[in-house]
Amino acid sequence: MKQVVCIICPKGCRLSVNENTGEVLGHGCNRGEEYGKNEVINPTRVITSTVKIAGAAYPRCPVKTNGAIPKELVLKAVRLLDDVELHAPVTLGDIALKDIFGTGVDFVVTRSMERAE
Amino acid sequence: MKYDVIIIGGGPAGLAAACGACENGAKSVLIIERAKELGGILNQCIHNGFGLQYFKEELTGPEYAERFINLVKDLPVQISLDTMALEITRDRKVKCVSSTGGYQELEAGAIVLCMGCRERARGAISIPGDRPSGIFTAGTAQRYVNTEGYMVGKRIVILGSGDIGLIMARRMTLEGAKVLACVEIMPYSNGLTRNIVQCLQDFDIPLYLSHTITKIIGRTRVEKVIVSRVDESKKPIPGTEIEFECDTVLLSVGLIPENELTRAAEIEIDPATGGAVVYENLETSVPGIFAAGNVLHVHDLVDYVTEEGKRAGAAAAKYALGEHRSGKVLKVESGSGVVGPVPQLIRLENVAKSQDIFFRVRNIYQQANIRVLDGDNVLCTFKRNHMIPSEMERIRVPRTILNQAVSDRLVLSVESREEEQA
Repeated sequence: MKQVVCIICPKGCRLSVNENTGEVLGHGCNRGEEYGKNEVINPTRVITSTVKIAGAAYPRCPVKTNGAIPKELVLKAVRLLDDVELHAPVTLGDIALKDIFGTGVDFVVTRSMERAE
Repeated sequence: MKYDVIIIGGGPAGLAAACGACENGAKSVLIIERAKELGGILNQCIHNGFGLQYFKEELTGPEYAERFINLVKDLPVQISLDTMALEITRDRKVKCVSSTGGYQELEAGAIVLCMGCRERARGAISIPGDRPSGIFTAGTAQRYVNTEGYMVGKRIVILGSGDIGLIMARRMTLEGAKVLACVEIMPYSNGLTRNIVQCLQDFDIPLYLSHTITKIIGRTRVEKVIVSRVDESKKPIPGTEIEFECDTVLLSVGLIPENELTRAAEIEIDPATGGAVVYENLETSVPGIFAAGNVLHVHDLVDYVTEEGKRAGAAAAKYALGEHRSGKVLKVESGSGVVGPVPQLIRLENVAKSQDIFFRVRNIYQQANIRVLDGDNVLCTFKRNHMIPSEMERIRVPRTILNQAVSDRLVLSVESREEEQA
């Protein structure tokens, strides 16, 4: 059994996962069970970061991946954001960067930002 | 100008208080916010993990804020941005100033204090050494990096393992910096376990428990720090020094409820929480003035701040509409292993089905019982498999149990189950 701390929510349930069968014990919800299984077989993460934005009240706009991507892609994926520049206005959910390394997961805007005068 | 409810602060607690007040019949609600926008600290907390309890989905800080800002926009809530509350009085007047409105004195049927908290800084923990640039509180660095677009450093040591420090360890790594170490004086982390896993372990950042920074060296900019192991009384042990060459130190060494307005109004403060002493409905020692969120006690989850804000807003609306509370008061006190229970006072006849009590534990406990004592008599017991000081605990005590109290004091204490058998 592998001991895993669930990171799905701040409760931090302590899971025991069977590496062979993928069976999970100690989870508080269905998402935790899925996380425990994946963490042993194919660990993934949701990434949050920021990109440049022109014409808004601040020079940075927060973004996140709209799904989890394989953990080993995390550091490579954030480097893609260096070349992204958005232009205000943007709306929460707008795509900032499409299809990260063929995963089908996008970076999306997490804060609506109006054009600033 | 008179409002039913005036809310000081437009962060998550204030926004929720506005919703709670409107849902309970307040006709005119005003939020006074000193920043240029609503949402408070959530706007710079771009990481996810917010909203799982309240919205049942995982949101980032700005997304969580935007949901509440949109909710409040549809309510009869007036918002004064860029406005500083200077003083509140015991007869519920609010004095504030802004560049557009000038100086104003406003009257309120009820006031909700939602001013949040601020970070402890270097002065509060007295780190010896030079005074170069490159030393930031973690939240200040977070604002620079996430909102203003400034990178604060390249080689970083983080002092303290509070959640903001852990979140910033990951954030700085993703932005290309090298985080050399996270240094914690206590033998356990002060952050949520999930943040140790996903912010430190994911990026192989070492966590030095029972260690602290004993010297900062640098002429104009931080050049290196000396880290030493500490003994059980937190004294540095000579000969254990580790040297880190770095240009930046981030401090994540605790949060302080921001209660200047509260103190000036002579509202009673609880030294254990740093916030006001409150009754079961979050009313302070001054009738008609309520408190919620991190100004009351520092939370780890915004979802619970929202719940508390809604409760305070609801109670404020009821007060403004003439529902004043009184009756027999039970004091809630901390016994062994328990720190800072909230509420500190319970007016029994105002408890509906049950009363939630929040607190922290002093140590790490496995297989422990939380007991509610009335003198020597155990009124009820709550079982927990695992408790740590960095995670707030909540117990829900049924009214029927509270009714059994003979004395006017409830004492909360933690006992490990092994001890109980021995």
